[in-house]
Amino acid sequence: MAKAAKTIKVIEQVRYSCALAALHSVLAIDRAVPILHAGPGCGQRLSTALSTTNGYQGTGYAGGHAMPCTNSTEAEVIFGGEKKLKELITHSLEVMDADLYVVLTGCTADIVGDDSTEVARGFQKQGKPVVCAQTGGFSGNNFVGHELILGAIIDQYLQPSEEIEPGLVNVFSIVPYYDAFWTGNLEEIRKLLEAIGLKANIIFGPGGGVDALNKVPKAQFNLLLSPWIGLTNVKQLEEKFKTPYLHYPVLPIGPTETSKFLRAVGKYAGLPSEQVEASIAELEKPYDYYIERSADYLLQARVGLPSRFITISDSFYALGISKFLVNDLGLLPGTQFIIDNIPAKYQADLEEEFKDLSPTISAPVVFTNDSGTIREKLRETKFRGKPLILGSAWDQMIAKELNGYQLSVSFPVADRFILNSTYIGYNGALRLAEDIFSVLVSSNY
Amino acid sequence: MSINLTTPEAQIRENRLSSITGYKGSIKDLATQAGGCSLKSGERGFTQTTACSLGCAQGQLVLIKDAAVVGHSAIGCGSDTIQSNINNRRGQFSRELEYTNINYINTNMTEEATVFGGAAKLREGIREAYRRFNPKVIFVTTSCVSGIIGENVSGILDGLAEEIPVPLVPVHCEGFRSKLWASGFDAAFHAILTYIVKPAEKKNPNLINIINFSGIGRKEVVRLLGRLGLVPQFLVQFTTVDQLSKISEAAATLSFCGTLGSYLASGLEEHFGVPYIKSLQPHGIAGIDSWLRELGKVLGREEEVEKLIAEETAAIAPELEELREKLKGKRVVIGMGPSFAQNYTRVLQELALEVAWTASWHFDQRHDYGGVPASVLELAKNEKDIPACVSELQVHEINNLLRQLKPDLFVCRHPGMAIWSAKLGIPTIFINDEYQSFGYQGLINFGNRVADSLANPTFVQYLASKIKLPYTNWWLEQDAFKFLGEAPQKKEKLTKAVV
Repeated sequence: MAKAAKTIKVIEQVRYSCALAALHSVLAIDRAVPILHAGPGCGQRLSTALSTTNGYQGTGYAGGHAMPCTNSTEAEVIFGGEKKLKELITHSLEVMDADLYVVLTGCTADIVGDDSTEVARGFQKQGKPVVCAQTGGFSGNNFVGHELILGAIIDQYLQPSEEIEPGLVNVFSIVPYYDAFWTGNLEEIRKLLEAIGLKANIIFGPGGGVDALNKVPKAQFNLLLSPWIGLTNVKQLEEKFKTPYLHYPVLPIGPTETSKFLRAVGKYAGLPSEQVEASIAELEKPYDYYIERSADYLLQARVGLPSRFITISDSFYALGISKFLVNDLGLLPGTQFIIDNIPAKYQADLEEEFKDLSPTISAPVVFTNDSGTIREKLRETKFRGKPLILGSAWDQMIAKELNGYQLSVSFPVADRFILNSTYIGYNGALRLAEDIFSVLVSSNY
Repeated sequence: MSINLTTPEAQIRENRLSSITGYKGSIKDLATQAGGCSLKSGERGFTQTTACSLGCAQGQLVLIKDAAVVGHSAIGCGSDTIQSNINNRRGQFSRELEYTNINYINTNMTEEATVFGGAAKLREGIREAYRRFNPKVIFVTTSCVSGIIGENVSGILDGLAEEIPVPLVPVHCEGFRSKLWASGFDAAFHAILTYIVKPAEKKNPNLINIINFSGIGRKEVVRLLGRLGLVPQFLVQFTTVDQLSKISEAAATLSFCGTLGSYLASGLEEHFGVPYIKSLQPHGIAGIDSWLRELGKVLGREEEVEKLIAEETAAIAPELEELREKLKGKRVVIGMGPSFAQNYTRVLQELALEVAWTASWHFDQRHDYGGVPASVLELAKNEKDIPACVSELQVHEINNLLRQLKPDLFVCRHPGMAIWSAKLGIPTIFINDEYQSFGYQGLINFGNRVADSLANPTFVQYLASKIKLPYTNWWLEQDAFKFLGEAPQKKEKLTKAVV
């Protein structure tokens, strides 16, 4: 069903960044500091993109211009930069107060062939908490970078544990900072898992950090809540620590998916089903209250309701939001554009998910990272009534052209200020409904 | 110095302007040594992330209305076009233009391109840019990857010249070539001067080029120059390619920023006969006076200018006096690019603040016309010297400096700097708009902003009381410039100059 978009290889409008941009996954670990072995502009540019023009999240403890960087120029390109990197790491350990230092390389270091991992290993041998991930921007996007960084930490930093703690679950899911709602989302996942009686171990965000990292090998199992990102990491953990994993591809938004998700996790964890069902019944109550109360408007607005919804987003939100809008809000999908350059081997599984959004409803999927391709496809589509475009700030223009509604949920969320909002679970679904219907009530349909 | 338009690329600032990124001393010492271009840049053993040429080049070019930019790089290098699109929107709003997205395509260089080259993708990027945006010109910005693999960008563009009927312009702005991100401005302006600007068919004696950034506050320039019967045109953001091709018709060029304007203004003077007004920049009274007077001299309108200056100065005198009284003696530290840092040092002195330190992110020992920047020479005339450093956005230095100096206020420019003084509990002003203290009225507006920022410091105080700085206790006790290796031959002078 999915149409491989015309094979355009260039990208109009940036909807993800390069592998080095996953430096934000380091910043998301409390008291971890990235050390960049990269050109002079990389840190600033990537920081601007992910921590500023994406929900205006801010740079936190040691982001932005605080990040140590070799700022490699001609000398490092010609003569190699290993010596400079070694000097920088030495001084970073003196100057920056951190529990973990993650060396990340940029294009220059990787093309000229610096063995940065070996330089970092020298510090590991002295017992310093230094790891290295080679994240040269050309080697992939920030999803790949996120996996590389987690992989490096698992490989170079984590130690096996003697004991396993029953009920402890490591959560691997959305990509920090890239998902502008990451902190709220991870917090909501924690609350959901705790509600059914599990202990969530979440590395990223407040309450995580090196303590959470050190607990990773003790978990009963790993939960990968993601269409595909992070799969290599949970496999790696299975190999290194024999920790089994549950791969649940759909970001749970709304009662249908969230309850389904909790049942699946409960079953995998071996929790008594009565306990899980009792929790679900409690969790659904507030959602049901608000939906009953607002149903007047949800119905009366039908005159101005979106005729079709279109997601232009990473696969997390494309799938999670589509499931919610179809199964819980009774909306109908148009084409869903998935922009995260999803590797071919995972595409079929994702297509299957969209084929079965509900027993009766499926949606066509286009995999493309190029906005020109998306624009042309949308221009060809005949909409009866206003479409709802759930994409990024870039999409204000195409929404205007199509006389549609627009809400930015996916990178870059450059037109919203985001703190602790979440789109996950029962609460997150209410928040998403608030945001979508706020767009409706503030426009003159 | 001269601007060479026969070469494919602008020389980097290190070589052209003897620019430096590391120094500790004073304004007088900077001015003296810059005269002989004798300053050597200090190097640091510990560095934090800075900025690169590509950002400065691309940031200008993507905002030319009917141009397109193809970024020949890995996708990460295109990331700041998101910010550019916001700048685009703000600029369109202030000009009452229809909203559009910027015309930008990234060639998404991957591993394959590093092995086999990226020519095919670059050709596709250019063809798509032409097909999608119908631009009048396509700029191709280079990157570290394209530079290191030795991509023959000019050759690839030549090969497409027959197929694509608009100028295809290479912009050489690889990040690794220069430590001075401002070299990127020069790369963009070199491209404009060599491919876009045409010799004037006829001169327009009333048309004045104004080199600025986003130009949000440009109405005040229109008003002031309008009083002299002159018409400003604002460069280069939000111009059209056709307009750019005719900037040689102007009677003179003025610039809001010596760092930004140097290459374009000098290029226009040297190759197209448009005089560059080598004045202070128009921030505060002395700045605007100098801007207008030097313009008056070149255009032979001295009398009108004097009349204008007298009236405008008189109009703000009472308010200025009131502000000076209020702000008198407050201690301020400044951290900005060199031109803004030096101009704002003067501006804050006009508001009666005491400038405790001036940090600039880099320093150009001369500008392209050959002279030491007027803004530093002017400050050096003061009886009292001001301690100064060149800090390359090194926030570890700024952190310890501010902890030591404990100023009442930090005034900075460059996104991402304001947070580090705020975390110390120091009221902070971030100058985003280059018109913040433009001219007479701007000085009053800015003075009020200074007063406001001192009036309620609860936010930064709360922040400082709650956060942990990302530095070790060891670092917090070190001298701010511990990692700055000074150029050996300057040691004696520096020690003397430091307060």
